[in-house]
Amino acid sequence: MTARKPRYSALALLREGLRGQRGWTPAWHSPEPKRRYDAVIIGGGGHGLSAAYHLAKDHGITNVAVIEKAWLGGGNTGRNTTIIRSNYFNRASQDIYDASVNIYEGLSRELNYNIMFSQRGSIELAHSAAEMEGLRRVVNAMQVSGIESSLLSRDEVLAMVPLLNPSPDCRWPVVGAAIQRRAGVARHDAVAWGYARAADGMGVDIIQSCDVTGFRIEGGRVKAVETSRGVIEAEVFGMAVAGASPELARLAGFQLPLLCVTLQAMVSEPLKPCLHHVVASTPNGAYVSQSDKGELVIGGGLEPVPSFARRGDLRKTAEVIASVVEMFPAFSTLKLMRQWGGTVDTSPDNSPILGPSPVPNLYLNCGWGTGGFKAVPIGGKMLAHLMATGRHHRLSAPFGLERFESGRLIDEAHAGVAHD
Amino acid sequence: MTRDQTGPGPMTCPFCGPRDASEFRYGGDPSVARPGPGCSDADWAAYLYLRDSPRGPAREYRVHAQGCGQWLVAERDTVTHLVGTITEATP
Repeated sequence: MTARKPRYSALALLREGLRGQRGWTPAWHSPEPKRRYDAVIIGGGGHGLSAAYHLAKDHGITNVAVIEKAWLGGGNTGRNTTIIRSNYFNRASQDIYDASVNIYEGLSRELNYNIMFSQRGSIELAHSAAEMEGLRRVVNAMQVSGIESSLLSRDEVLAMVPLLNPSPDCRWPVVGAAIQRRAGVARHDAVAWGYARAADGMGVDIIQSCDVTGFRIEGGRVKAVETSRGVIEAEVFGMAVAGASPELARLAGFQLPLLCVTLQAMVSEPLKPCLHHVVASTPNGAYVSQSDKGELVIGGGLEPVPSFARRGDLRKTAEVIASVVEMFPAFSTLKLMRQWGGTVDTSPDNSPILGPSPVPNLYLNCGWGTGGFKAVPIGGKMLAHLMATGRHHRLSAPFGLERFESGRLIDEAHAGVAHD
Repeated sequence: MTRDQTGPGPMTCPFCGPRDASEFRYGGDPSVARPGPGCSDADWAAYLYLRDSPRGPAREYRVHAQGCGQWLVAERDTVTHLVGTITEATP
């Protein structure tokens, strides 16, 4: 599959160690764009690169370009909190997100690139009997669909996460939790780089620093994209540009049901291992996991106004930190190392938009909002299927743009603070 | 817990004067017009869901939730977060 790439292995590491590390080759090329491709994908984040990989692997379409206005994985792919899980209520969501977790489980081997997927389990806390009922409803729905998930009692969750605030008198006392044990975290950059390397190995052109400035539309179809590096023609186009989706759609002459807002994240100074799981609390408005480097990776809810600023508001930072300290009083002594923001494209029902756009040969992968990273493998696979066949895959069919007119929304508004 | 907040410094309510930006809850895009009875499903879906989501200068409904409660229209830049004129919203 990646025949043109030398395999990464323990043996290769040893060999290069003895040779002074002089034999490594670039993981992907940086070619000049050709005038014409069979397929062009706009957006070199996880979803775009995954789509290019699946066009080549699943459909044998290798005359493909991925065009990225900045650098690979520099948008939300490199800004998220790396959580991978599939604990959703609706069947359509369960199917698509669980298919993504399944691909993630074998992805390091498939791509010959270590994405460091650590299935440490994701815990969602409940702070009242009513919230426990809410979790029970989701866990039951998941079990009916055959997806692993279970409830934890207060004692069980406190034993698993000993640093949690056990006080019954705190603002949000722990009453119980739900856990998905197959959920976890992965190295987000490695996901982008692994897909880029594998796609490049099959002949895909990855073109960075290439900004789309317009569409050439003839006879109702996109004939070419105008870019900062020239006009590029193709038979079929896909867009996977998250927070840039509204402006790109505007260039192609249509609107999308998206609102772009800032989601911020932050990491603490590194610590010795102290938190095994991903722990989230929707009422507290925060979630936290510990990275392999030892930093606590912290996220919270969305900021409340539309923004393309890609920086977090300090008031939100303070709110999220206060929530984490409420959940884990011991963390109050830590220093914050870094804080950043990304622009997420939120849809009205908190579910993604996959399918044809109003322009027939331009296909959409957008609206993942705060939850796109976990869906990188399946989102790319679905976009590739749409671009190659012109039809929906079974898993993407419920997520088309037409649902906003028919009213068949896939409401994941409850999906919580760690919809991420 | 504060759920509404934005940009630098205060915003000036035409009724209450300068107040912290966190008092003004976002209320949507004032350029969207509600279609009349008998409109098509497509028109209704567009009214409910389709948005311009501008990058840069924008006009937006804000409600002075922690002040006079009045609906307002604010000019605000979605990249710099700088706020311009704020006027009373007229139905």
